[in-house]
Amino acid sequence: MDRLPRWADVALVPLVSLLMAAILSAIVILAIGQDPWEAITVMVQGSLMSAYGWGYTLYYATSFIFTGLAVTVAFHAGLFNIGGEGQAQLGGLGVAFACLFIPWPHWTLALMGAACGAALFGAAWAAIPAYLQAKRGSHIVITTIMFNYIAASFLIFMLVDVLRPQGKMDPTTATFPEATRLPSFNEIPGINLIFDKGVPANVTFFIALIMAVVVWALLWRTRLGYQIRAFGKSEPAARYAGINPTRIIMVAMLISGGLAGMMAINNVMGEAERLLGNSASGAGFIGIAVALMGRNHPIGVVLAALLFGFLFQGGAELGLWTKIPIELRTVVQGLVILFTGALDMMVRMLLTRIFTLFRSNRMEAA
Amino acid sequence: MADQALAIELKGISKAFGPVQANKDINIAVPKGTIHGIIGENGAGKSTLMSILYGFYKADAGQIFVKGQLTAIPDSQSAIRAGIGMVFQHFKLVQNFTVLENVVLGAEDGPMLNASLAKARKELERLARDYELDVDPDALIEDLSVGHQQRVEILKALYRQAEILILDEPTGVLTPDEADHLFRILRGLRDQGKTVILITHKLREIMEATDNVSVMRRGTMVATVKTAESSPEQLAELMVGRKVLLEVEKGPAKPGEVVLAVEDLRVRDEHKVERLKGVGFEIRAGEILGIAGVAGNGQSELLAALGGMMRATGKITLKGADLPLSGKGSDGQSRRAAGIAHVPEDRHQYGLILDFSAWENVAFGYFNNAQYQKNALFMDNDALRDDTRKKMEKFDVRPPDCWLPAKSFSGGNQQKIVVAREMEQNPALLLIGQPTRGVDIGAIEFIHKQIIALRDAGAAILLVSVELDEIMSLSDRIAVMFDGKIMGFRDPETTNERELGLLMAGVTGKGKAA
Repeated sequence: MDRLPRWADVALVPLVSLLMAAILSAIVILAIGQDPWEAITVMVQGSLMSAYGWGYTLYYATSFIFTGLAVTVAFHAGLFNIGGEGQAQLGGLGVAFACLFIPWPHWTLALMGAACGAALFGAAWAAIPAYLQAKRGSHIVITTIMFNYIAASFLIFMLVDVLRPQGKMDPTTATFPEATRLPSFNEIPGINLIFDKGVPANVTFFIALIMAVVVWALLWRTRLGYQIRAFGKSEPAARYAGINPTRIIMVAMLISGGLAGMMAINNVMGEAERLLGNSASGAGFIGIAVALMGRNHPIGVVLAALLFGFLFQGGAELGLWTKIPIELRTVVQGLVILFTGALDMMVRMLLTRIFTLFRSNRMEAA
Repeated sequence: MADQALAIELKGISKAFGPVQANKDINIAVPKGTIHGIIGENGAGKSTLMSILYGFYKADAGQIFVKGQLTAIPDSQSAIRAGIGMVFQHFKLVQNFTVLENVVLGAEDGPMLNASLAKARKELERLARDYELDVDPDALIEDLSVGHQQRVEILKALYRQAEILILDEPTGVLTPDEADHLFRILRGLRDQGKTVILITHKLREIMEATDNVSVMRRGTMVATVKTAESSPEQLAELMVGRKVLLEVEKGPAKPGEVVLAVEDLRVRDEHKVERLKGVGFEIRAGEILGIAGVAGNGQSELLAALGGMMRATGKITLKGADLPLSGKGSDGQSRRAAGIAHVPEDRHQYGLILDFSAWENVAFGYFNNAQYQKNALFMDNDALRDDTRKKMEKFDVRPPDCWLPAKSFSGGNQQKIVVAREMEQNPALLLIGQPTRGVDIGAIEFIHKQIIALRDAGAAILLVSVELDEIMSLSDRIAVMFDGKIMGFRDPETTNERELGLLMAGVTGKGKAA
């Protein structure tokens, strides 16, 4: 088969996909009697044209980087981890335990402790489907989906019956102690010159970027990453090479679940400062789209997470400033996922054909 | 040949896949009522050409004439209508259908089956009579031997009124006896006026079965000659474009102490079916033991058990030390640590990660080697790439680009990467399965030389191959496997293909099937 040049494969395909999603979104907006140009203006204005808007865009992006990396690691092991949502919710529980029950002297230590708690709980939640896959052959897609529901129910139980402070009506934990408060962008010296208003984006963003580098090094620079990728490409070949399938499935899913869980330090510790019922609010699922669009590479994941951060924040602005209902955000996201994920091959084949045509014309001319 | 009516004539066929020109201006004329061989190395374009003829690919340029008529063949249905039948290398049969049902499948006369089946039954009886093509019409495919399954494929084509029969590498899965039978069938078909096109890379079969032979090289048709007027040496030279050594040069073996001792080795597959039924042998240092046998008689399981890919029972001793056969220490890593290198039979499924670059593949199985580690945490990819460049140079891998993914190399060069990786570990024991399957003649020569060199350096080598020529020319001793057991050991100097062929079919010297 003909191949696309690398730059087209990496940059042009997602761009064309995005463009098609944007065109279709515009048609939908037209169809409900609104102005698509107004919509895009509001979205860009609200998410990218002010420091305040960026403060939200980056906050959402932070969560998506974690869940996108989680899907990426599992994907390289040939495992489709749909359970990021549940793992992130359990991660929230880990954060809540760490913040509520350990008296931290300073937020830096609290951050480390909470990150460990989040990763531990997320990994533990991923460990059960991983074990069932490795030892019993239960398909990980099915089990991780089911574990999302179990996680949601379990979280409600914990909030209502265990963690809810006495006398409170909301199913939430108490607000975390002051010492565990993470600095937002408007509180970090240097960055606060740009971010003058209170924004939810916080130091966790930098943790997310560090984790992207760590995931890259793990997958492409270590023996473990080598084995994960080899196993993901071909299980029979891995058996030939003496790579232990059980070990790889378990380790990859523990890392994946840990990353998904770590998302909780962004939303639970960094923003809400207490654990709420629906804490992950869909970021686990967005992670799948982010990983797909980011071609399962940490750099791609970071870029795709920024895009989805923009869509999230821009969509919220739509609901705020226009007659376009906020639900349209879901439509636009759905279209982006559809085009960048599911219809990726369609765009790719189309471009390949165009490139081939172009090339043969040039050859004839020469 | 101008006086004869032509069954097939191809004029100026060209086909490119992107920058690769698979067929370049191919002209070929196949007279009616002949067996026409098409021979060429892997990637020479034989399969592409036949796929064009059978409607799988559309040629970029050129014309196809069937029985003198310009014919368009956009799909396989049109090919069948034009009287062209194809027997694929990998059979396309429904395993749990009967022979009759398979023959009728896709050629039913109406929505109700009974009439078609009755008609087909009659037709099969006639074909069996006319062409020595007897198969029980009510047998299930899964109960048939490979040779019989192939006959069903031929029957399918004939039932669809094929006048021109194309066979793609038909003997790869057959014993010498079955191959002989196949050639008898083909000659019978020819004598009845049918035309047969035989695609193969085996010179011996061309010489034995064909009337004319066309040689392809790198997408072009280099020559078409009368088989009787040519020789294997001439054909080999035409295929490769230079003189080749058909015989392997090797000195006598100097066997040392016993390296591998296997006793009562038994393996069950995932369906609990016993595939190795108590195998025992020894291999000494500096000795090649060749395992002959038709594919699927336990050779793969033998390699898998020794290589740590399958659990087994029995006893394996390597240089006097017992190796665990299941549980801890029985995996591929432990086997490599013990000094067993393994070139697997199927390099695409096992030996390589096709999406990995050449240098990543050189670490495959050896990623724990100290030389590839920078520190406790990271691998030393620079050292690995240097090592890969050295291996690629030594084994003449082309192109010598260590960043290229394995899938972009030709079959022969892929195999060289695997062979280089395994041999350069200086193993005490080398397991090598189908070392030259899908490998071009030039690379075959090279790989054979390397195997002999490793033997002379003192390694014990277990060679598994379905190519009897390869077993005969490389081995110092030959063991023949049938149905999970070793039927006997033979000396390659004193045995012959006939004797080995009988053992491969399960017939021992006492004249009874085991």
